[in-house]
Amino acid sequence: MSDFIDIGAVDDIPIRAARIVKTNQGCIAVFRNAANKVFAIDDKCPHKGGPLSNGIQHGESITCPLHNWVFDLNSGQAQGVDEGRVKTYTTKIENGRIFMEKSALFVDVAAE
Amino acid sequence: MAQKLVIIGAGMASGRLIEQLIDTDASAYDIILINAEPRGNYNRIMLSPVLSGDKTYKDIVTHSDEWYADNNITTYFGEAVTAVDRKNKTVSTASHKVAYDRLVIATGSAPIIIPVAGKELPGVMAYRDLDDVNSMLEACEKPAANAVVIGGGLLGLEAAAGLKQRGMEVTVLHIAPHLMERQLDPAAGHLLRKDLERRDINIHTEAYTKAILGNHKVDAVLLEDGTIYPADIVVMSVGIRPETRLATDMGLAVERGIVVDDNMRTSVDDIFAVGECIEHRDQLFGLVAPLYDQAKVLAKTLLGEEAVFSPVELSTKLKVTGCDLFSAGDFADADDREEIVFRDAVRGVYKRLILQNDVIIGAVMYGDTDDGGWFLQKIKSGEDISGIRDTLIFGPNFAGGAPVDPLAAVAALPLDAEICGCNGVSKGDILAAIEAGADGLDAVKAITKASTSCGTCAGLTAQVVQISLGDDFILPEAATLCKCTDYSHDDVRKLILSKGLKTIPQAMQDLQWKTSCGCITCRPALNYYMVCAWPGDYVDDGQSRYINERVHANIQKDGTYSVVPRMFGGITTPDELRAIADVADKFNVPTVKVTGGQRIDLLGIEKEDLPAIWYDLNAAGMMSGQAYAKGLRTVKTCVGSDHCRFGTQDSTGLGIKLEKSMWGAWSPHKFKLAVSGCPRNCAEATCKDLGIICVDSGYQVLVGGAAGMDLRETDLLAQVVTEDEAIELAEAFYQLYREGAQYLHRPYKWIAKVGLDWCKEQLVDDLENRAALSARFRHSQQFYQVDPWEQRASKGHEAYEYAPLADFTKEAAE
Repeated sequence: MSDFIDIGAVDDIPIRAARIVKTNQGCIAVFRNAANKVFAIDDKCPHKGGPLSNGIQHGESITCPLHNWVFDLNSGQAQGVDEGRVKTYTTKIENGRIFMEKSALFVDVAAE
Repeated sequence: MAQKLVIIGAGMASGRLIEQLIDTDASAYDIILINAEPRGNYNRIMLSPVLSGDKTYKDIVTHSDEWYADNNITTYFGEAVTAVDRKNKTVSTASHKVAYDRLVIATGSAPIIIPVAGKELPGVMAYRDLDDVNSMLEACEKPAANAVVIGGGLLGLEAAAGLKQRGMEVTVLHIAPHLMERQLDPAAGHLLRKDLERRDINIHTEAYTKAILGNHKVDAVLLEDGTIYPADIVVMSVGIRPETRLATDMGLAVERGIVVDDNMRTSVDDIFAVGECIEHRDQLFGLVAPLYDQAKVLAKTLLGEEAVFSPVELSTKLKVTGCDLFSAGDFADADDREEIVFRDAVRGVYKRLILQNDVIIGAVMYGDTDDGGWFLQKIKSGEDISGIRDTLIFGPNFAGGAPVDPLAAVAALPLDAEICGCNGVSKGDILAAIEAGADGLDAVKAITKASTSCGTCAGLTAQVVQISLGDDFILPEAATLCKCTDYSHDDVRKLILSKGLKTIPQAMQDLQWKTSCGCITCRPALNYYMVCAWPGDYVDDGQSRYINERVHANIQKDGTYSVVPRMFGGITTPDELRAIADVADKFNVPTVKVTGGQRIDLLGIEKEDLPAIWYDLNAAGMMSGQAYAKGLRTVKTCVGSDHCRFGTQDSTGLGIKLEKSMWGAWSPHKFKLAVSGCPRNCAEATCKDLGIICVDSGYQVLVGGAAGMDLRETDLLAQVVTEDEAIELAEAFYQLYREGAQYLHRPYKWIAKVGLDWCKEQLVDDLENRAALSARFRHSQQFYQVDPWEQRASKGHEAYEYAPLADFTKEAAE
């Protein structure tokens, strides 16, 4: 477990909602979708920096609240005619808790 | 080998000529196009929308550089022709000399500049091309600048309206006793004048210009009667004359225009002319429809086919929003003529038909021009109308007792009925296009060009397509809600009610949604439809709302938010202002701004700080101003009879009452109100979704205005006597809109769909229905008048939205 850090309970995020995790490298948006799957991506749209955690979720996609770009939550890839990709992070769920890869939270450590 | 065809002048006539040539036989000619203006062909009819700001130059380009290149047309733009050598068959410009086998002159027309002193001063311009429009736009940038338009004809008035819309003070000088005297009779001219004066355009008729004054640039215009109007620009729009100088130099036969025969041939065998520069059987041409006919005829002549130009009866419409006028045929008084006149002074409607021997020979209409096409058809066909004379003036819906179905009138049109006057497209042309495979409105428009020039026939074109395609035709409004469903917005709303669907998942299940949890288009729409259908029962789904409505603040470009507290009717107190100032200090709010709706906006707030700010504002007695809502926004007011010497009623008090009644309500789109205490209208009520103008005798309730992407003036719904009636009518209108409009349609769009008359039937004629609508609104309000800020600031509602799940910024890595 040392590579993963507990960031909170699954139930801390309502269904189809998102919360953010603050790191020194910027915010990570953590989504829980209607099927109870959890996704983590950078909370920053590659287009104009929109906070993706504030968008509307549908299926396994998120629509940016600023200009309606749509991203696949699995791959971070922009959908449709827009081109761009947002960084994704690995999470896992154990006993109702969400764990996120440590390297996502402390980039400096990974670099050392 | 292809012959060389040189065309002088790239305007609408030659543009259509080239299209016709290429469509019929692209290999027949090598085409060389020379134009003195430094650009290709654009839609000159649409210069007025460019001037008013409704369109840009890009929108009105009809032939781009790429188009010329793709069709192998050699272009010399920005080059005036200096000489034509008829013996050696060459055309010269300053930098090129080209040979021709056949030559087309399409030099158009030049504006008439009246010969008065000062006409050459900088600031005096015509209104003919894009350069003129650009000069006018430049002049508009100076605040409160003055424009004088000389000439109150079609173009002059369009220029005046455009300049006014751009913020200039505008005076129109017209030499005749009434405006547009060639198209309108005195009565219609008077109505037009009143409409224009209502928009603050100053009209001076029987105005004889003596001189244009100024030293290095224009300063003022002096009339014979001694009147002086200050002017930063003077727009001359007194008429046009065919541009014939080149033809005269070449020795062609020229009268008022270049004389052509029925095949568009000049007095010289291999030289042709087309457009506004020609004279055909003693007639000149200034409207686009006959120009396009000429282009068609000339194309056939050049390709060796038989074709004869014969001009048809024309009608005129003015492209000034809100001034609805129509005229066709001959309407001068004469002994052997009779007339049928209809007037409705309150609605500003005037219709006049001129009859001779039981045939309509002219029609003038103002204020309600829907039946113009039908009358024009009767003028063209010369039909004997003695049988329907009693009801003729009421138009096709009444004549013969046919039902009031707009489609029935269109279905009854004969095949040669003109649908699009600009492009000469008849009903038969549209049907032929559909027969040949056009399967929708866009395809029909692409093939026939119907409704692609001035656009006033767009509705009629759609109706003809609708009739012939029948069930296969889907009007854009009836399109499906989104790709997740086959149902339209209207269908979904009806089924939610009839099937008693009370949650989004239930609706998706029962209506066979094609996706598991919808998309960004359908979820917010469904959520609203549920809110409206089941007040008190439905549990709002925040995850189906756009971010602003979910967190009750407006997201900004950098991800921060803005916060607008409610101030009922725009009235505040020193205590409220102090509290706002304290909040701004405490949270380092970078920008404090007064909004267009008379409220105060605090911008640049971090999401995490929102609940704390709301807590402080709540403590001072303020609540959410819902400046983010597809719902009730603000009621703007003037000070009314409390303070103003002109105020007729307590406009501020009424505004506060309306806002107290309506705050918290959700609707298909935002809903803005204003109440003005007198017709001076300081609260700008005439561009709101609902506006009230107080008058001595009561309250004018106006609806369907807009001042966003579209600019629209409100229409009068009704005038009522008491304040209570005004409030009930406003509530009932809001509820009718809430229950009927498609999500994201503003009231004006919805009214365009259902018709203002239908709204009046529901709200004005049927008082029981009005009361019922108002009661349903008040019932719903019991559940929605809850301050969302208080819920979140003091009651922990949706706290997860505003706090991070975890914060690793202060933890050291292990």
